[in-house]
Amino acid sequence: MRALIRYIVSIFKGLWTLWKGMQITGYYIIRPRTIVTQQYPENRKTLQMFERFRGEVIMPHNENNEHRCTGCGICELNCPNGSIEVISKTIVLPDGKKKRIIDKHIYHLGMCTMCNLCVRACPSDALAMGQKFEHAVWDRHLLTKVLNRPGSKVMENVE
Amino acid sequence: MAFSIYDFSTLTRAIHDGLAAHLSPLGVTAVEWVLVGLVLIIFIALFGLFLVYAERKVCAFFQNRLGPMRVGPWGLLQTIADFIKLLMKELIQPKRVDKFLYNLAPFIVIIVPFLTISVIPFAKGLQAFDFDIGIFFITAVSSVGVIGVLLAGWSSNNKYSLIGAMRSGAQIVSYELSIGLSLITMAVLAGSLQVSTIVAEQSTGWFIFKGHIPAVIAFIVFLIAGTAETNRGPFDLAEAESELTAGFHTEYSGIKFAFFFLAEYVNLFIIAALATTMFLGGWMPFHVGHLEGFNRVMDFIPPIFWFFGKVFAVIFLIMWFKWTFPRLRIDQILTLEWKYLLPVNLVNILLMTFIVMEGWHF
Repeated sequence: MRALIRYIVSIFKGLWTLWKGMQITGYYIIRPRTIVTQQYPENRKTLQMFERFRGEVIMPHNENNEHRCTGCGICELNCPNGSIEVISKTIVLPDGKKKRIIDKHIYHLGMCTMCNLCVRACPSDALAMGQKFEHAVWDRHLLTKVLNRPGSKVMENVE
Repeated sequence: MAFSIYDFSTLTRAIHDGLAAHLSPLGVTAVEWVLVGLVLIIFIALFGLFLVYAERKVCAFFQNRLGPMRVGPWGLLQTIADFIKLLMKELIQPKRVDKFLYNLAPFIVIIVPFLTISVIPFAKGLQAFDFDIGIFFITAVSSVGVIGVLLAGWSSNNKYSLIGAMRSGAQIVSYELSIGLSLITMAVLAGSLQVSTIVAEQSTGWFIFKGHIPAVIAFIVFLIAGTAETNRGPFDLAEAESELTAGFHTEYSGIKFAFFFLAEYVNLFIIAALATTMFLGGWMPFHVGHLEGFNRVMDFIPPIFWFFGKVFAVIFLIMWFKWTFPRLRIDQILTLEWKYLLPVNLVNILLMTFIVMEGWHF
């Protein structure tokens, strides 16, 4: 008798859990605002990628054309497939001291896997991940970029 | 030519009389056969295409997607484009297949919906066949489909196909029992196996309301077993794409694959149409007791819209099952059938018989 009751209860419990599952999918089908699909080429004007999206490595510059890169080369060491080449040069400061600064921060977008290791390794937060993702070009040489802008210099307070 | 959308027998009668005026009786019969066949073939092809589109859209909305959007407005022409693509594809025949059975199987699978659809009443007077064992005919003929599935799996010379076909065989043979028994439950209430009589019986109230508790139980059992019969999720382990690539139709391409695909969707329609006919009153409008005004408004909607409205409701329900529930294992499927559906069904028949004997139905 107890087995029979358990059997009948199990049927209703099963139906109840199935109904719970259907409630969840039913919740989504009657709410079109939960749709996450982006109609991409049509909405490129308004498309906003999410904050953590990794499109490319960029070096943010401020309005005075200054960046935070000291040319230490840690990003180059941390890059797993050699997408980054740091070329530094030595300058002589007015007080006679020698200082190593960045000459060219070369970034091979064609090889980059967007692993984010360079951004995490950078001691002075000079690098960041950009949101741009439309990188198609006709010539692969165009994928080799120099991240520090011409004429830019390192910010005063960055060591 | 008098024609009313409320009674299609006026249309069929007019066509018959028009033909009889010009042809001999034998010629009339032959032309009518060809006409009915053509209408059903065109209906099945178009409805199958539409159902594929509907399924993709419904599935997309369940999963927070948009579904096909590119071909035509809202992707409406997507399935037509797919169909043209399938027509133009090469028919690949793997090495060392059993050639005769391999080529025969898709036709056996596709012939089943053609046979079953002939007894389904779409509206008043819109039924190809109406004979006194209609429901029995449907249950008998729909079991033929499993032969096609088994042949396809066996002749393909492929392990995936064979495993899929064997699973499908075990599953369909089991669930046929439940479908048959739940239909018998309703036949007890209707007192007839003739489809037109069953629909006419429901003019005073749909069977799901008339038969109350046992009818609702039978309806649930029918929906579960019907989903399993059509090899759809959560019972789609015959083609379980994550483990068996495509199950029994792995080795088929082009139009032969399209036959399997089309048969699956037309079977879905047939299960929904059967549920509509047996439980939801066929093409009968919805009536509430003595609310004359309300009933008059309901009568105003043509029967064909009632039929298709109910069919789409049931199809949506079955699609809802498919895109909600995870796939069952083979032992779980057989447990569900033999340990749950079958005993419930047998008790349900007893209950229904008792209620009909005592006259406790409405």
